[in-house]
Amino acid sequence: MLEARALAIGYHRHPVASGIDVSVGRGEILCLLGPNGAGKTTLFKTLLGLIPALEGEVRIDGKPLATLPRPALARAIAYVPQAQTMEFAYTVLDLVLMGRTAHLGPFAGPRAIDRERAETALADLGILSLAGTEANRISGGQRQLCLIARALAQDAPLIVMDEPTASLDLGNRILVLDRVHALRDRGYGVVLSTHDPDQARELATRVAIMAAGRLAAYGSPSETLTAEMLTSIYGTPVGVERTESGRSVTMASRV
Amino acid sequence: MPPLRADSALRTFLVLATLTAGLLAAVLVGSVVGPYPIPPGEVLSAILGRLFGNATTAPVDTILFQIRLPRVMAALLVGGALATAGASYQTLFRNPLVSPDILGVSAGSGFGAVLGILLSLPVIAIQGLSFVTGLLTVAIVYLLARALRSQNEILVLVLAGIVVGALAGAGISLVKVLADPYNQLPAITFWLLGSLAGIKLSDVWTIAPLVIAGLVPLCLLRWRIGVLTLGDDEARALGVDVTVVRGVVIVAATLMTSAAVSVSGVIGWIGLMIPHMARLLVGPRYDRVLPASALMGAAFLVLVDALARSAARIEIPLGLLTALIGAPAFVWLLARGRRGWS
Repeated sequence: MLEARALAIGYHRHPVASGIDVSVGRGEILCLLGPNGAGKTTLFKTLLGLIPALEGEVRIDGKPLATLPRPALARAIAYVPQAQTMEFAYTVLDLVLMGRTAHLGPFAGPRAIDRERAETALADLGILSLAGTEANRISGGQRQLCLIARALAQDAPLIVMDEPTASLDLGNRILVLDRVHALRDRGYGVVLSTHDPDQARELATRVAIMAAGRLAAYGSPSETLTAEMLTSIYGTPVGVERTESGRSVTMASRV
Repeated sequence: MPPLRADSALRTFLVLATLTAGLLAAVLVGSVVGPYPIPPGEVLSAILGRLFGNATTAPVDTILFQIRLPRVMAALLVGGALATAGASYQTLFRNPLVSPDILGVSAGSGFGAVLGILLSLPVIAIQGLSFVTGLLTVAIVYLLARALRSQNEILVLVLAGIVVGALAGAGISLVKVLADPYNQLPAITFWLLGSLAGIKLSDVWTIAPLVIAGLVPLCLLRWRIGVLTLGDDEARALGVDVTVVRGVVIVAATLMTSAAVSVSGVIGWIGLMIPHMARLLVGPRYDRVLPASALMGAAFLVLVDALARSAARIEIPLGLLTALIGAPAFVWLLARGRRGWS
């Protein structure tokens, strides 16, 4: 269980947003939306303990995040960054093995059991066959799955994903979202940011919308992802329409 | 896929075993070659004789144990230290193109050492000064690059290294101008070109503990140091105490560089080129690149030093030879494209 209470986030003398109360439990997905610069990444960094909260606190299973040593924190919450190419040409397996770091002694390297765990994580995401491939030479979607596999290898019940589908083509996007769904069903708590309200509607247990330095809305997808709310936070007319199959679709509204 | 994992571990083991054998062979070559060649058989019997307490006839014994082996050991330590430091800086700065030379550490350490020679300090103080100025150089380069906060942090880092290195170079020139032209200046000039010609056994005993003191923490933290290549945020999120590990790497790698520079002078290229070759053999993982670089750097400099004292009638400065070999080899690595970084 990850909880943020009365959280103010930002950098030294540069507050970004305040009054943030959100939580995510096991088997839940919290989707984070908001215009560029609203502080989604800053919130992530605060939830991961990478930057200190300016006010309020983050608790993991009731324990204040600030009191947890770095490895203990890494065993509680994992981070899936946006996939980028790397300077060093690690294989997919080596990259996933790095997820085991918090489970190793300070002077130890990965053991056979860590390799098994990494391979299981790759198998879970259906990319075990890529284990020996250089991570820079696989597709963007596969690389994103590789980073999710690293988070699984980390054995943390909570996973924070920074726009996992950004810059992916449609096929890869569906593939990655499918896996995120599966993670939720297996009891992981997931926080993910996205720019796509329809994606949030499809995935989220709860939605948090950040805009103008505060939490503009927080609740179920149907409560939060309304045409009025989206129009107000993005500053451009947005409509939400129902399709014949009953799904809601967000589009530019031309009145 | 079990076969894959067995392969890469087995491959690493075989490569490291081969490199160890190569280093021993290089040490033998280094002991044989010189103005007074000693046949390999005599080298081995002299060493075995020493080990089992019955020393052989005087000349061979004296040359081998007073002159040649100390020099070979110094080459081994310096080469290993420079290559290890290079591999560590490359990992720390997440850039396969940085090296002690490019970051200005060599010039910074060189400035301290040259200053020590100018002030006629004892050897241990020269090494201390060399270490402090080397560490200061890295700190300034790193802080400068951070303060400038560019999008392209690697470019800024390399540029900051060039700037600080140029300043240290100016400092070295100033020391040259101030130095006594009959005694100190030739010593400084020859030292700046890199040489092991004046090595004594006591020098080996001075730098060996420093090199080992740098190597041990790098070996212990090998896995976490490798994770740093993912960037600060990712490494922290994976459970690495980035500030501590980074501090250890900077101090350890700078200690090794400065220890090497203080006895051998400035020898370029090893810290840049050897880790690249190591990555070609064992892949990019730091826990594998570290031992491979140390072994290859040691063997490389032992062989280059053997060449330096036997190829011509005068001693060829080591820095000159490593540049002659290193520059084309590096162009070849670059021409292989990014594979060279794999």
